[in-house]
Amino acid sequence: MELRKDYFADVRKDGLNEIGQPRPRLDSPGHVTGKTAYFADRNFPGMLHLKMVRSPHHHARIRSIDTSEAEKHPGVVRVLTAKDVPHNVYTILILIQVGPEDETVLADGKVRWKGEAVVAVLAETERAAQEAAAKVKVDYEVLPAVFDMEEALKPGAPLVNEYHGQNYYLYDSGECRKVRFGDVEAGFAQADHILEQSYQSSPIEHAPTETTGCVVAPEGNDRFTCYTNTQAMFFTLDNASIILQMPGSKLHFVGGTVGGGFGGKVDVIVEPIAILGAKLTGRPVSFVYSREEEMQISSPRAAEKIVIKDGVMKDGRIVARKVTGYTDAGAYSRHSPYGAQKGAAHYPGPYTIPNVWIDTYCVYTNRTPSSAMRGFGVTIGDFALEVQMDKLARLIGMDPLEFRFINAYRDGDMKAHRQPTEGAALIECMQEASRAANWPVAEKYMAMSSYRKGA
Amino acid sequence: MAKVPVQFTLNGSEKAEFIESGTTLLNALRDKIGDTSPKGGCHQGTCGACSVIIDGELRLSCLTLAETCNGADIKTTAGLAEGGVLHPLQRAFLDAFATQCGFCTPGMIMAAKVLLDRTPNPSREDVVEALSGNICRCTGYEPIIQAVLVAARANSQNAA
Repeated sequence: MELRKDYFADVRKDGLNEIGQPRPRLDSPGHVTGKTAYFADRNFPGMLHLKMVRSPHHHARIRSIDTSEAEKHPGVVRVLTAKDVPHNVYTILILIQVGPEDETVLADGKVRWKGEAVVAVLAETERAAQEAAAKVKVDYEVLPAVFDMEEALKPGAPLVNEYHGQNYYLYDSGECRKVRFGDVEAGFAQADHILEQSYQSSPIEHAPTETTGCVVAPEGNDRFTCYTNTQAMFFTLDNASIILQMPGSKLHFVGGTVGGGFGGKVDVIVEPIAILGAKLTGRPVSFVYSREEEMQISSPRAAEKIVIKDGVMKDGRIVARKVTGYTDAGAYSRHSPYGAQKGAAHYPGPYTIPNVWIDTYCVYTNRTPSSAMRGFGVTIGDFALEVQMDKLARLIGMDPLEFRFINAYRDGDMKAHRQPTEGAALIECMQEASRAANWPVAEKYMAMSSYRKGA
Repeated sequence: MAKVPVQFTLNGSEKAEFIESGTTLLNALRDKIGDTSPKGGCHQGTCGACSVIIDGELRLSCLTLAETCNGADIKTTAGLAEGGVLHPLQRAFLDAFATQCGFCTPGMIMAAKVLLDRTPNPSREDVVEALSGNICRCTGYEPIIQAVLVAARANSQNAA
């Protein structure tokens, strides 16, 4: 590995003694010997297995639930419905005051996406739990569903989630998160060219090799140990405490060893219901997603649609950018209002644009609830922005890399969301990329600096 | 449900258990015998995390019925280090940063071991082919391929 210490040499105080030196990972010896303990490697005598009865409909009212046949099935110990959950309606980000609570642990009167959890069955074996789950009778009245974000925002669209009252997340700024900077219409009026393009993406599943799950063991003193592969230990502990109306001191979470997460294990889905099962039966409980559940039920990255309108000058300066972004939360919020908000701050990209107008909507549809995945809120945005940058460069007949040098943000530039730029290194990264990729740019760009005035 | 007896050698030790007919070798190893080094990633024979070696052949333990393993010689990653000394493959996986979350690692090492047992000096293509039944979602595979090639070189230098 080559280290280029000449970059930022005049401002650098560190010696960079660690970067570039190989250091063994602390967890690898366990991995290569098979000794690393994942949650599912815990096995307790008398452990019950939890299987979920799930909605076969995208949107339906539940007229009735009949669990009598399931309860009689050999090996079944307990069947749980919404009325068994102490605080059944929750939302993960309530911990940071992002509400309202909008999601049920077990469906109560309605299902809002295909795959939603309705009834939990606890049995002596996985097979018995699966067979009994198939015997639960749910009478549904199917309702009209909406799957397209722009359709969902139209007047008269089926209402997905009554806890919101409309098919978008209501920010303190209104129906969308807004960024207003300069005068975007004046910018378009001044521009030599205007380019408006639309970009969209599908949901993406993380597909970790280890599926989502937990094993819960009741301890003495009504305390519960939860072995889990959550990526968000304290979010999960605190939300479990709210859902179960149980003090956090009663809950002992053991985790940190995750067989692949990528953001797919930050929701609070399996732990509260498994702890409840352990509490009501007094027995250890294992709740592990099947591969099919991991692919179909766990939150994917949100589908997004991004419309970008740019005004650009012949000399390469972008003078105006207007973005309308849509994030498909699916039926429930989970982390999507936060993801959509991140997009609002991010859409100018690492570029300094004097006139910016951004609206980003977090939209509810009858699709699988989406949530976190590696850089969610900005990753699909970056795809859209950088394709747009290439198209703009082509439009004005400019080299795409030189075009980015002209617009690159530099220390001291004010960003559209009113954060001054500091610690920028885009210019230097592009200079190195230019050399590494043998994609030469004019000497004046190679002499530029992110932080030296006049350079 | 009626139980059936199974008896086999696991990493050199005799094991005997009564299991329910239809139990997979994966579940028998993990839940009955306590060797959790084979992992259950899909339980349908597509991810390779449950790979073990049965009588010298690479097998998916999630698709193998335990009761068909009577008298078999079974090896797992948990038994690979001898006397506390890591096998060259384990050493190479460490040194080449071939593990991240680690969940696919025991299966990868089993697949690599069967390859090196038969082909001590594999080509890169041989390694790719041998690991093609094992899914890794973290590394992008390249460090794993390099680790197997490094282990093969270490083996041949020891033999020389």
